[in-house]
Amino acid sequence: MPSVLAALVSGLIFGFGLAISGMTQPTKVLGFLDVLGLKSGTWDPTLAFVMIGALAVAAPGYLLARRRDRPLLAPVAAWPKKADIDRPLLAGAVLFGIGWGLVGLCPGPAIANLTTLSSRIIAFVIAMAVGMLALDFWRSSRAVDSMGRWARIR
Amino acid sequence: MAPFDAVSALIGGGLIGLAAVLLMLLNGRIAGVSGILGEALTGDDRGWRLAFLIGLIAAPLLLGAVGRPLPVPWMPSSFTIVIAAGLLVGFGTRLGGGCTSGHGVCGIARLSPRSIVATVVFIATAMGVLAVMRHGLGG
Repeated sequence: MPSVLAALVSGLIFGFGLAISGMTQPTKVLGFLDVLGLKSGTWDPTLAFVMIGALAVAAPGYLLARRRDRPLLAPVAAWPKKADIDRPLLAGAVLFGIGWGLVGLCPGPAIANLTTLSSRIIAFVIAMAVGMLALDFWRSSRAVDSMGRWARIR
Repeated sequence: MAPFDAVSALIGGGLIGLAAVLLMLLNGRIAGVSGILGEALTGDDRGWRLAFLIGLIAAPLLLGAVGRPLPVPWMPSSFTIVIAAGLLVGFGTRLGGGCTSGHGVCGIARLSPRSIVATVVFIATAMGVLAVMRHGLGG
């Protein structure tokens, strides 16, 4: 139960950060991604500053967390183990990048925007969940065919 | 559109970083929103994931209560584009194992080559989409 409360607090702080930085507004994100706006003077550097602020806290914080034997409220720290740069990573990043560029929403800001009750935000979040479920379904059907090419390169 | 405000951007970013550090120090978990949502939909150990998502949804309401409500987000008028983009973001982030938070913040913070590559690829791809859509380049 304390770990559930900790996750709630982390989610709250994350949401405050998204809202305060302006990243819940897709136009700010698209303003950064539109690099040709550099020529016309409309380019918006906000996203870069948000990343710098986040990394300035997360990088030393993670170093500290690495030096501890275990988290305070859990038996083990679930550091990601995958290290290889494989095709699913690259294909996934390209597909995500296309969707992100189309609307200017990634998962965090989309969810944080739900209480605006915008019908398009709700449609986006439902479609995003369907996309996630579709991947799980596709992966589990692929996993059955263990000789398949995709299964091998994974 | 709100003008560029470096201080708000840095403070907001710092809070995102703080949320990620807290989740690791306390729960030993990566604060990647696509992973948290994806696993909350299908995996087990849903409790902390749902709690994180509830916090993320509730934060703007609390800001609204102190006089800083979220501006209504601009969205494309076409529902087709909105839904196509949502499907691509959901499928792509799960296939690639992360999004802007999991790869872009948490992964780069621990200098993971995988996350650095993923972040460069999805930012470059999105920039390409904008260049084509807004400026008609590259076809």
